[in-house]
Amino acid sequence: MPNLAGPPKRVNDFVVKFANVNGTGSASANSLIMKAIFRMGVPVTGKNYFPSNIQGLPTWYEIRVTRAGHAARAGHVDIMVAMNAETYSRDVREVVSGGYLIYDSTWPRSTLLQRSDITVIGVPLAGIVAEHFDGVRNRILLKNIAYAGVLAALLDLDLDVVGGLMSESYGRKPKLLESNNKALRLGYDHAKRNLPCPLPLRVEHMDKTRGHIMIDGNTAAGLGCVYAGATVGAWYPITPSTSLMDAYKGFCERYRVDPDTGARNFAVIQAEDELAAIGMVLGASWNGARAFTPTSGPGISLMNEFVGLAYYAEIPCVIFDVQRVGPSTGMPTRTQQSDIMLCAYASHGDTRHVLLFPANPEECFYMAVQAFDLAERLQTPVFVLSDLDIGMNDWMCREFKWDEAYRPDRGKVLSAEEIAGLEKFHRYVDRDDDAIPYRTLPGVSPKAAYFTRGSGHNQYGGYTEDSAEYQVVLDRLRRKFTTAAKYVPKAESTGSGDNALGILSIGSCDGAVREAIHVLAREKIKVDYLRVKAFPFGLEVEAFLNAHASIVVVEQNRDAQLRSLLTLETTVEKSKLHSILSYSGFPMTCQPIVDGVRAVLAESPRLTVVPRV
Amino acid sequence: MSFINKPKVSHPSLPANGLGLTRRQYEGAMSTLCAGCGHDSVTAAVIEACWGLDMRPEQLVKLSGIGCSSKTTAYFVSGAHGFNAVHGRMPSIASGANAANRDLTYIGISGDGDSLSIGLGQLAHAIRRNVNMLYLIENNGVYGLTKGQFSASADIGSHAKRGAVNQSPPIDPVMLALTLGVTFVARSFSGDKAQLVPLIQAGMRHRGFALIDVLSPCVTFNDHEGSTKSYAYTREHYHAALEADFVQPAEQIAVDYEDGASMPVRLHDGSRVVLRKLDAAYDPTDRAAAQRFIAEKLSQGEYVTGLVHIDERDGTEFHELNRTSATPLNRIPYEKLNPGGAALDALMRQYR
Repeated sequence: MPNLAGPPKRVNDFVVKFANVNGTGSASANSLIMKAIFRMGVPVTGKNYFPSNIQGLPTWYEIRVTRAGHAARAGHVDIMVAMNAETYSRDVREVVSGGYLIYDSTWPRSTLLQRSDITVIGVPLAGIVAEHFDGVRNRILLKNIAYAGVLAALLDLDLDVVGGLMSESYGRKPKLLESNNKALRLGYDHAKRNLPCPLPLRVEHMDKTRGHIMIDGNTAAGLGCVYAGATVGAWYPITPSTSLMDAYKGFCERYRVDPDTGARNFAVIQAEDELAAIGMVLGASWNGARAFTPTSGPGISLMNEFVGLAYYAEIPCVIFDVQRVGPSTGMPTRTQQSDIMLCAYASHGDTRHVLLFPANPEECFYMAVQAFDLAERLQTPVFVLSDLDIGMNDWMCREFKWDEAYRPDRGKVLSAEEIAGLEKFHRYVDRDDDAIPYRTLPGVSPKAAYFTRGSGHNQYGGYTEDSAEYQVVLDRLRRKFTTAAKYVPKAESTGSGDNALGILSIGSCDGAVREAIHVLAREKIKVDYLRVKAFPFGLEVEAFLNAHASIVVVEQNRDAQLRSLLTLETTVEKSKLHSILSYSGFPMTCQPIVDGVRAVLAESPRLTVVPRV
Repeated sequence: MSFINKPKVSHPSLPANGLGLTRRQYEGAMSTLCAGCGHDSVTAAVIEACWGLDMRPEQLVKLSGIGCSSKTTAYFVSGAHGFNAVHGRMPSIASGANAANRDLTYIGISGDGDSLSIGLGQLAHAIRRNVNMLYLIENNGVYGLTKGQFSASADIGSHAKRGAVNQSPPIDPVMLALTLGVTFVARSFSGDKAQLVPLIQAGMRHRGFALIDVLSPCVTFNDHEGSTKSYAYTREHYHAALEADFVQPAEQIAVDYEDGASMPVRLHDGSRVVLRKLDAAYDPTDRAAAQRFIAEKLSQGEYVTGLVHIDERDGTEFHELNRTSATPLNRIPYEKLNPGGAALDALMRQYR
């Protein structure tokens, strides 16, 4: 039986944070711990706070062990593994009262850094490792595994699970496996001999991760592009979207290469900049391939001109915007939802674009597929607005399932036979009264040729400077956006719908909102929640706004961009919308939402009236 | 001239090509350029080249950017899809289109402003990527649609119509392309259809990026005395170094092989370009030699015209490097692109 010291509620419910130096190989040790907890059946989240740097700057990794299955950042630290002397003083300060700090006691530590309200655990990690291993680089790497061993003992991790993970990682390199196992054991044994193992904050087997995986959103989106049948990807490297194309390419190399000939059923083009990347996507889409580009805010800024062309000339394309902190270069390795307005109205002139808001990697996978269907059905750009938190962090998700009956919706593309049956082909005529015209692909028939242009054109595809002809096309494009509202995924609602107060949010705020609702429920505060999944907003969004006396809009940017979009694109009364904004660059926690809801209720007491009957 | 519709009827006596199509069937809309514009002669040469190649109109894709030159894609082969991109960004559209369907023939038409100023980056990288396309620069040293500003190809000392003198050195697209490793580069003159047509044909059949810099005087803004891109100046400083004849795969080469100055180069589809060298020592397959030769002539104020450099070696074109399937990517059935449910289930275990 494990040691049952400490309050039982802290079993499977705490936060451990690792303070490391970038480029020292700490990532594998940290994910080893996270994966081991996950495999013990305990829900977990992993958040990486890394610098825009290759080597030397401080980096942190935060694991939240959450038996309740919360997806958001906790906002506090119970156990700090302080492995970076440079950040030690602030790392010490961050630990909650009653928490723990583990440090490398090989060298003396300044007494100025003492805290009497936390338990400080010294482990001579460097010393232990130096005693058993040679080589500077090797020692640095193995010190990480040694602290993983210490934690395994302190947190009471299942050593079989940890060992299994090590074998999977290093199985093909027996020497590496041997040294890593040895380092792990050294840390583990030292802790068992010298430290009060396990801590009251510890892990116990559960069965709450069955049917789930740990995956990041960029990998999921890249996989979605493969399953969607995308064949052309063009991109310019930019944090935090780069791993999306890396994933797509990796999966294509696995699934899309003819084993006999080596022929590849895909093309990944690293463009010279984002202007070229989006141009390549448009060229490929125009020519009948499913094509996409992953980027982030600065890339979207550069793509604006072409996005306008795609909107006006009605060329499908899929753009993944893995949002990071702006404006300008901003903080490339921090998260935000600050490209909402930029994407909604990207490019000059009257334009409006379809946006999808995935909330987690699972939705990145399915929405990637959906994005291509929408882009081709509507013949317009579709933006998938992910963010760094979703894209680059490991999230616990349900396993992805594939519906074998799925077939891509290629939209209104005329076949050679259909063209043969036409008297004449006109590119931009609204034949079906849904504001979506028919298109043809090059190479099919000389009868179907047309001229694609961003200059003024009439509904027949011809150049025009005639006001009436121009307006016919522009007005149809506005109607097409109404059609789009019917196709995009519906918002997801939680709650009885009878509460006076509603929370409306998007994307990666979801975890924090759900946790806040959970916390508020304990105070007998009941709210309804609508998570918007797409723009244009569906009727259900309008209905939710109408049905609630007061709505708290939760988003991760300074200027309340979602709230602005709601006031512009729905009939909601502006004063009904209260903003809760988080734009620190770190993933949102539930606390500002809990506080914000309380504040709104304090100002309008009538809202506290619990459910109308 | 721009307000009349072109009659679609053609006289029965017009000669037909191998597909039974006459030159009229390779025409496009009526040109809206100024009367006497060099670009219209280039358009005529493109029509002639496509007709002569027995090109199926729908197998051709016409791409352009913004500017007078970029308008011309509307004036030929109306049976081909056309794409008028944004200013300076046609190469990326062409690269993407080509990635999606490697079976079509891509012809991009651009100008010196579109290619050498706003679009210099995209042109350079399309060359580096060796995208299989013909890229024509209709080069007149001046911005027409915005009324006569110098472009990046204007020579030092060249006079604008209103008297301004250009002080900045020109970007020479041929030298640029050679530096970037282009696999086919030529220079010609819009007034020399006999030279231009076979160059266009060879460029269309070359596997890889074929650049032709066509000096094409602007009659409205850059055809005066003091301009180095006028008809008169161009004719005077035109150094035809390498005449090229294009020979279809089925035809016999009529020129004399024994002549040391004749050099047949076989293209990937079996057709050939026969180069008639005016300078017997010149080897157009030698990139470094081509660079030296062009630079020397430019320093003497002469434009070398003809096929300057050709590299028909295997394995350098975009799709060859990518090892793309022979079936164009846009025609691969979805079933072959989707790994399926079982593969996904297996993959999921990796993320446990």
